[in-house]
Amino acid sequence: MQNEKREPLIHISRRGEISWQRAFAIRALAIVLALVVCAAVCVIMTGENPLSIYGTIWQGSFGSKRKIWVMLQEIAMLLCISLAVTPAFRMRFWNVGGEGQSLAGCLACAACMILLRGILPNGLLIPVMLIASVLAGAIWGVIPAYFKAKWNTNETLFTLMMNYVATQLVAFFCVVWESPRGSGQIGVINLNTELGWLPTVGGQKYLLNVVIVALLCVAMHVYLRYSKHGYEITVVGQSIKTAHYVGIKVEKVIVRTMFLSGALCGLAGFLLTAGTNHTLTTTLVSGRGFTAVMVSWLAKFNPIVMILTSFLLVFLERGAGEIATNFRLNESFSDILTGIILFFIIGCEFFVTYRIHFRRGDSEAKIHV
Amino acid sequence: MFDFISFIPRAVVQGVPLLFGSTGETLTEKSGNLNLGIPGVMYVGGICGVIGAFLYEQSLPDKALISPVLAVAIPLLCCLLGSLLMGLIYCFLTVTLRANQNVTGLALTTFGTGIGNFFGGSLIKLSGSDVPSIALSATSGFFHRSLPFAGKLGWFGKIFLSYGFLAYLAVAVALISARILRRTRVGLHLRAVGESPNTADAAGINVVRYKYAATCIGSMIAGLGGLYYVMDYASGVWSNNAFGDRGWLAIALVIFTIWRPDVGVLSSFLFGGLYILHMYIPSGMNLAVKELYKMIPYVVTIIVLVITSMRNKRENQPPQSLGLAFFREER
Amino acid sequence: MAVHAKGCLDRGEKPLDNVVSAVSMHNITKRFGSVIANDRVNLEINRGEILALLGENGSGKTTLMNMLSGIYFPDEGSISVDGRDVVIRSPRDAFDLGIGMIHQHFKLVDVLTAAENIVLGLKGRLDIKGASKRIREICDAYGFEVNPDQKIYDMSVSQKQTVEIVKVLYRGASILILDEPTAVLTPQETEKLFAVLRNMRRDGKAIVIITHKLHEVEEISDRVVTLRHGHYVGDVATRDTNAQEMTNMMVGHAVSLNIDRPDPVSPRPRIEVKGLTVRSEEGLLKLDDVSFIANSGEILGIAGISGSGQKELLESIAGLQAAEKGSICYIEDDGSREELIGQDPLKIAEKGVALSFVPEDRLGMGLVADMGLTDNMMLRSFREGHSVFTDRKGPHDVAQSVVEELSVSTPSLDTPVRRLSGGNVQKVLVGREITTAPTVLLTAYAVRGLDINSSYTIYDLINRQKQKGVAIIYVGEDLDVLIELCDRILVLCAGRVSGIVDGRGANKEQLGYLMTQVGGAAHAK
Repeated sequence: MQNEKREPLIHISRRGEISWQRAFAIRALAIVLALVVCAAVCVIMTGENPLSIYGTIWQGSFGSKRKIWVMLQEIAMLLCISLAVTPAFRMRFWNVGGEGQSLAGCLACAACMILLRGILPNGLLIPVMLIASVLAGAIWGVIPAYFKAKWNTNETLFTLMMNYVATQLVAFFCVVWESPRGSGQIGVINLNTELGWLPTVGGQKYLLNVVIVALLCVAMHVYLRYSKHGYEITVVGQSIKTAHYVGIKVEKVIVRTMFLSGALCGLAGFLLTAGTNHTLTTTLVSGRGFTAVMVSWLAKFNPIVMILTSFLLVFLERGAGEIATNFRLNESFSDILTGIILFFIIGCEFFVTYRIHFRRGDSEAKIHV
Repeated sequence: MFDFISFIPRAVVQGVPLLFGSTGETLTEKSGNLNLGIPGVMYVGGICGVIGAFLYEQSLPDKALISPVLAVAIPLLCCLLGSLLMGLIYCFLTVTLRANQNVTGLALTTFGTGIGNFFGGSLIKLSGSDVPSIALSATSGFFHRSLPFAGKLGWFGKIFLSYGFLAYLAVAVALISARILRRTRVGLHLRAVGESPNTADAAGINVVRYKYAATCIGSMIAGLGGLYYVMDYASGVWSNNAFGDRGWLAIALVIFTIWRPDVGVLSSFLFGGLYILHMYIPSGMNLAVKELYKMIPYVVTIIVLVITSMRNKRENQPPQSLGLAFFREER
Repeated sequence: MAVHAKGCLDRGEKPLDNVVSAVSMHNITKRFGSVIANDRVNLEINRGEILALLGENGSGKTTLMNMLSGIYFPDEGSISVDGRDVVIRSPRDAFDLGIGMIHQHFKLVDVLTAAENIVLGLKGRLDIKGASKRIREICDAYGFEVNPDQKIYDMSVSQKQTVEIVKVLYRGASILILDEPTAVLTPQETEKLFAVLRNMRRDGKAIVIITHKLHEVEEISDRVVTLRHGHYVGDVATRDTNAQEMTNMMVGHAVSLNIDRPDPVSPRPRIEVKGLTVRSEEGLLKLDDVSFIANSGEILGIAGISGSGQKELLESIAGLQAAEKGSICYIEDDGSREELIGQDPLKIAEKGVALSFVPEDRLGMGLVADMGLTDNMMLRSFREGHSVFTDRKGPHDVAQSVVEELSVSTPSLDTPVRRLSGGNVQKVLVGREITTAPTVLLTAYAVRGLDINSSYTIYDLINRQKQKGVAIIYVGEDLDVLIELCDRILVLCAGRVSGIVDGRGANKEQLGYLMTQVGGAAHAK
């Protein structure tokens, strides 16, 4: 109380415009800092020197030709689900149900492979599988959308719960179709006949998925940026009142967009089951539905930037996984590292949006950051 | 005949972690923070308790020397400290740095489950056990100890007295929270912060401090849910991922209880019941159908969600500024 | 610090001509990004005096006062209260210094009761009963009517304002700041408020009233300080000045207050509303048996206290509001009729009814705040053509021509409209709405928040549409403008038509009376 004229030490104000170089520099710095902290954590855990840790992270993704392909496949699948949830996010519909929608796609795909084998020729079976998967995902997406449109039901929780419903449904069918009997698992479907397996393109198991997702990425970019639907989605996301005012049918847009969102998740499920894994388990999507939320948000819902953010997350995860195996740590270690890096990236947006002024006493001197 | 006397205690035991979680999340949401990191927080709460208990048990040459006070106090403190740190991370990012709450919460959940499973796994390795879990039966004994006369009073004892002290603490915390929210100045201020931070700010309430306090205390309460789960429900056995999706159900429960912790008491036990209902529905040898029954809590949550959204009353709405960052000078 | 407040109350007993300074602000500067809201402003506030802070919208009045009430922190400058240098870092600091501000947008929590709102932020044990008692005492002392147990969301605007004032008094504030308190009040309610303010002046309180209405300055204030574009312009005793001089200080140069009113162009019925009854989602009656005809080539003004059904009326015509009863007919030149009730904006457009609507909420409804000018121009037209892709060329040209013709100042056509000033935002919105060559133009508070020059641009645009034979429905709040601009004025009161008067020859007292007449008793409740 003696010093009445005490100004706040730190004073924060919103920035006007920020040049993209500066914004980029802030984000890059955040990633660098995150890597330093991660290395510190690794050093504490393993006692190795930091350089060998970075080396190991690099090895995890680029260590061998096979590792590069696995990384590409991981990126493709994560990107696919991220692309799928993005239209919903642009509409401010918090679809955290990518997991369940993809799983529904996996389930439908596996169902076709199991029930229709021997009935349909392979040339017909694969299109049927595709349609079934996409539809299953779409249905899983439309259900919460319908209630959101009609009664404004909280979509975050609804889609979240739909994940578990899908998981239990898959668990149910895993027992129903178990093979061998009593194992409670499905195993590789059509292992001998390879019925319903997507063909291998260019001698590379993962190439087809990568190509499909790359095309999807461009298509999504065009759809959101240049199509009338994309424009409607943006308007609805920005202001429902404006949408009503210009005669956009908000309910229709919500349901249509979630149909698309779910359908693309279903496609991801199809690519997982028919393309690479040829099986059905409750953990087949392995949390990508949640990671996709990050990928999409970090990229500011821009499909092209999402290539970068999904690469970043996969790269880190595989790097952390490599550290875990090399230094015989638990594989959950990668979740911790991913968490730390996300905190830094999430936090750095503050410095992009706001400016901080430090005051020194009552002098005029001010430091701007 | 449906066996209520064995069903109710099991439902309550299942419900207690949910009750801790939803009480914690309710307090957090009342301050306008939607903490989707609660599942992670509960994992951290659990594992910190386990680490504390593990180190204490290991430090003793003989299990018989274990002191009841320390055996309870050490895990409890570790749990509170761990979940407090998680709350602080969330607050620093969303309140101080005004980051998106959804994304921060999801990242916190990734981080928290990672911590839980990593240290859980590491301890398992350290203890050199051949099963993939770690058992702290001595410590758990103190958490598990039920009230006196529980065994002597027949069904009454079983239903009301047969739980460890954390279960009673959960109910007490929920009822006290409800009272604080409704009847005290702190509660009034907290509600105002969650409804309209700018108004609260103009009225001279320190919005940032309230958000930090509510979120951190909420996290600590939720963390206790994790501790209860390992120490009492699971009898001191930590196995990775065993806690499952309870954190998410706890968040769902907040809506179910229309942001009232006192309503949470019965609803969480109801949810606990739904969670184990599949064990009580006769399904014979058909294992597959059991998996379908496990769907019940989620389906019920969805139905409740839909019904509450259909009949919306002004008082039953979420805090108005839920999910939004506060900046005094925003224009 | 509470000591300050008490000490000041005693000092207020001194005679008025012995000026006691309550607050002085020196060289206050505040920037928002690149915009300077206040540039080295000096201000003296005295006890036992009502100070009017006069200035156009955007002149920095509210910003200046927000620094006194702790909402903003000044970038430069110093503040002293009762001769002592102080630093106001937060509303709490302000309130400890006895400064209370009644904001234009009420700072009340909707789901709480009046009493809960009033004690919000205070310390000590929560005692709602005791508080209710004290609230009643304050109400009795000044002649307010507040039910301490009523929830805010159940209250009318003037009730909410009363709660705000009681809140400030409850805290024992001796320096009161009111930000445009009369904007939402009827003339009668304004009178009541002014009586209360005079009581407070007698109590020795320092009162600042922010306004841009000259007649209010003349009526209530002792001294007037004018701001223009963030600069301090002058400080004069009210009795030594007049409206013309104040206008000059406010706008910088003399403007004629005359608004053009060309004669109606061959008016014929265009919109016929019959027995329109509308209820809100909560079941409250918003429009009750409203009937009127809007003619082409004519401006029909709608007057009324805010919330009397203006919004519902326009939205019903625009197809955005479901009606319970009644009909709204669009009458073509050839006499054929189209029913508009039960249609949505898209169907109305498909029927060939060229209807334009400038809503009250420009950035929340009329435009998308985060989109640029080009994308905002597309809002009405993006569906055109069969392609699945949008055409950006056309809207780009429209945006270009709107910018040129209405001299919108914007860095580029891609700048998000939220970054533009209020006047430019309105020009963009009105510009878009009239490029579609409408036959009916609905405007709600078209000049709210605009400076005088922009207002005249808008009046001019509206008059040009009128001369083209467009039927214009103009919802306004400034009675002077309504009287000078409109051919006929329909007055709404609590959802009913209380009268339709000819604009030529109408006077404010008559309109003010009509605004409160029908169901006036019900409103005061």
